[in-house]
Amino acid sequence: MKDVELKMLERAKALLESGEVARVIGWKKGDFCHDPSPASFESVEELDSFVYDYFCGANLSKYLIQMSKKEGKTAVFLKPCDSYSFNQLVKEHRIKRENVYVIAVECLGKLDIEKIKAKGVSFVTGVEVQDKEVKVTTPYGEEVLSKPDVVLTKCATCNKTHQVKDEEIILHERPERDVNRFEEVEKLEAMTEDERFAYWRAQLSKCIRCNACRNVCPACSCVKCVFDNPASGIAAKANDDKFEEQLFHIIRAFHVAGRCTDCGECSRVCPQNIPLHLLNRKFIKDIDGLYGEYQAGETDEGKTPLTSYTEGDAEPNDVFKGEAK
Amino acid sequence: MLKIAKERLNELYAKISETMGLFIPVNYAGEVNYKVWKEGAEVSLETLKTVKSPKNMFFPQTENMMKFKTEGKNIEIIDVRKDYKEEKPFVLFGVKACDYKAIEVLDKVFLAEPVDTYYQSRREATTIVTLACSKPEESCFCGVFGIDATAPQGDVTTWLDGEYLYWQANTEKGEALTALITALTEEGGEETVAGQRETTKAVLENLPFAKLDLSRFTPENLNDLFEAKEWEEMSEACLGCGTCTFVCPTCQCFDIRDFKTNEGVIRYRCWDSCMYSDFTLMAHGNSRTTQMQRFRQRFMHKLVYYPSQNDGLYSCVGCGRCVNKCPQRLNIVKVVKTLGGKKDD
Amino acid sequence: MQEVTTEKKEFTPNIVAFCCNWCSYAGADLAGSSRLTYPANVKIIRVPCSCRVNPTFVLKAFQQGADGVILCGCHPGDCHYVTGNYYTRRRMALLYSFLNYMGIEKERTRVEWVSAAEGARFSAVMNDFVAQVTALGENKRLTDLRVKEGE
Repeated sequence: MKDVELKMLERAKALLESGEVARVIGWKKGDFCHDPSPASFESVEELDSFVYDYFCGANLSKYLIQMSKKEGKTAVFLKPCDSYSFNQLVKEHRIKRENVYVIAVECLGKLDIEKIKAKGVSFVTGVEVQDKEVKVTTPYGEEVLSKPDVVLTKCATCNKTHQVKDEEIILHERPERDVNRFEEVEKLEAMTEDERFAYWRAQLSKCIRCNACRNVCPACSCVKCVFDNPASGIAAKANDDKFEEQLFHIIRAFHVAGRCTDCGECSRVCPQNIPLHLLNRKFIKDIDGLYGEYQAGETDEGKTPLTSYTEGDAEPNDVFKGEAK
Repeated sequence: MLKIAKERLNELYAKISETMGLFIPVNYAGEVNYKVWKEGAEVSLETLKTVKSPKNMFFPQTENMMKFKTEGKNIEIIDVRKDYKEEKPFVLFGVKACDYKAIEVLDKVFLAEPVDTYYQSRREATTIVTLACSKPEESCFCGVFGIDATAPQGDVTTWLDGEYLYWQANTEKGEALTALITALTEEGGEETVAGQRETTKAVLENLPFAKLDLSRFTPENLNDLFEAKEWEEMSEACLGCGTCTFVCPTCQCFDIRDFKTNEGVIRYRCWDSCMYSDFTLMAHGNSRTTQMQRFRQRFMHKLVYYPSQNDGLYSCVGCGRCVNKCPQRLNIVKVVKTLGGKKDD
Repeated sequence: MQEVTTEKKEFTPNIVAFCCNWCSYAGADLAGSSRLTYPANVKIIRVPCSCRVNPTFVLKAFQQGADGVILCGCHPGDCHYVTGNYYTRRRMALLYSFLNYMGIEKERTRVEWVSAAEGARFSAVMNDFVAQVTALGENKRLTDLRVKEGE
């Protein structure tokens, strides 16, 4: 990963020095090895704090809504999953594509510090990642963890590839994997209504309505969200009642249905670790099953499943649990 | 000092619950938060940081203030708040030193005139049992605010070590609670506790954030800090979500809203966040129009405005929840590191 | 002594029916003028097109105490606005499937196409849906307790 970081730094410097771009969007070092923040760099000196490592899980696409409207070109490093969000935002005319220079950057899966901590390993001062293992350094010694156990949830079932690039920095090929991202959804579908209700009630009761899932979501790019609009009749701040939690999450999931690229940021940022991606994946699975395979963000043009139709579409009364005719 | 065998803790919880409400860190749906203890609850005293702080025991995320009952043209106003009295006493169990200090911060807000009767009534009805920390983590920095994590205050202080929970009552309320559970306790434990405190103190001193420099956060520097050019860069990645404010044990802002029911209106208050775009929305417009201004407000409030009005007491207690939970890893520590030390011109 | 009433109040569900102006609402009219009955607890909300129904409307109805929500529009292909109900069909298929995924009983939601000439069908559909929701009982999973306060 260090070699990738150096290469990225080299390109960022060259682009800024030549004046080809006015700024570069990437990640900035934090206080530990595991807390980089998204950041923009406008000069070579600022790049001193540039970092790209196994904890750079944040999706940078949404920042381009603002950045691409600024003076001059913006270069951005996009991981495979981020590139879908980028395309989707271009499709929705939220990003000015001509103002962005996309550098596709390799990703072999990012780590989740909370999952590492949950394994009882604290004070992480460094990580070394091999194929299936993560060697974690702490002041108390080294620990070896299984990589699939500590990657971000969104990375666990990712098979995404770069959808957009003006150039690429890929030094290590990621092996193709056999993964089923709908496994958890299928498990829930196999439950009874009562069990599913109990599951979601327990999960959603943790919600504190911090809106992190909404604010991080690249598909949630409304200038004013319906939940912030006093005139909408459903604006609310904290969860007053169990219904509020349901309403918020159902409407949010529905609003991004057909546009959600499954980037998994919602689950990454949730302070209560609610598996929000399972809401969006249900829509993706239903859309795939009813209207044909569709991956949002594969292209930057065309219609989405909810803005198109065919005359022979399934009837709503027949679709429960994928029992479509 | 008294001690209670770990395997008898469930008996302890049951005993307290007979006559009082017991709020304790419980693992529910995979996360540990303060909840009412019920038979079979998965108590997790070992969890260093509950996701939400115990503040919502005194200052719940939402609560009703008033009701309006409408019938034709008549409106009946029901003030549910005026005569509010917490009827059942309750015990808040397992509060860490930082969270206990946070209650002091909240007291200064809610118990100052005009007194918040809800808050006051709950505070009076509560016996707080604190729990010393023995395994602080890298995001902890309570020491910076003069907090001793190994010996928190409270009505009762407890330590968890080996096979026992060590117990020491500090106040009358604490003594009363102790009297209730004497059947479960035995004498002893001073040495163990002293030993644990010694070991933990050594860890605390060497925490990465143990030496944060707050010296520049004084009322005299208010204008300089307010105008600092670094705010722009520090807040750049901020999403404007409310995670930091909602997990924070000292954030106390709320909004008051109305909800229409089938027979009238409920007026309730709920937590609000200065990170939200409509936080300062008023009839004339919004006084804070950018995320940078909102971001700055949060930290200026904690580190400059609040202490200048409260004898230098910061409204941050170093619990580190925002360090762990910010989606983009922005936090108060980064602000302190950037602006807190001496100015280098 | 106070008289103890053990008799349970019979459950009559609140049903909200969103009907499009051009077909289903006219179908309801025809049912009326043909003297066909449908239960009085079906509350019709007229919308310009079934496509006007935002998922929030459905949830709002449940919040305010509906026990079942039915959406009626022109038969696919007959939409007054040519394609409106095709979008409705996709939207509601996904929404209702999703509500069920969250544990909401699937019998509480339905979509039916009723033309202006189908008064009899309107009456039959409503009778059937009301019977179905009555058998299911009160909606407890998707309701706002504050709304029913004092009841």
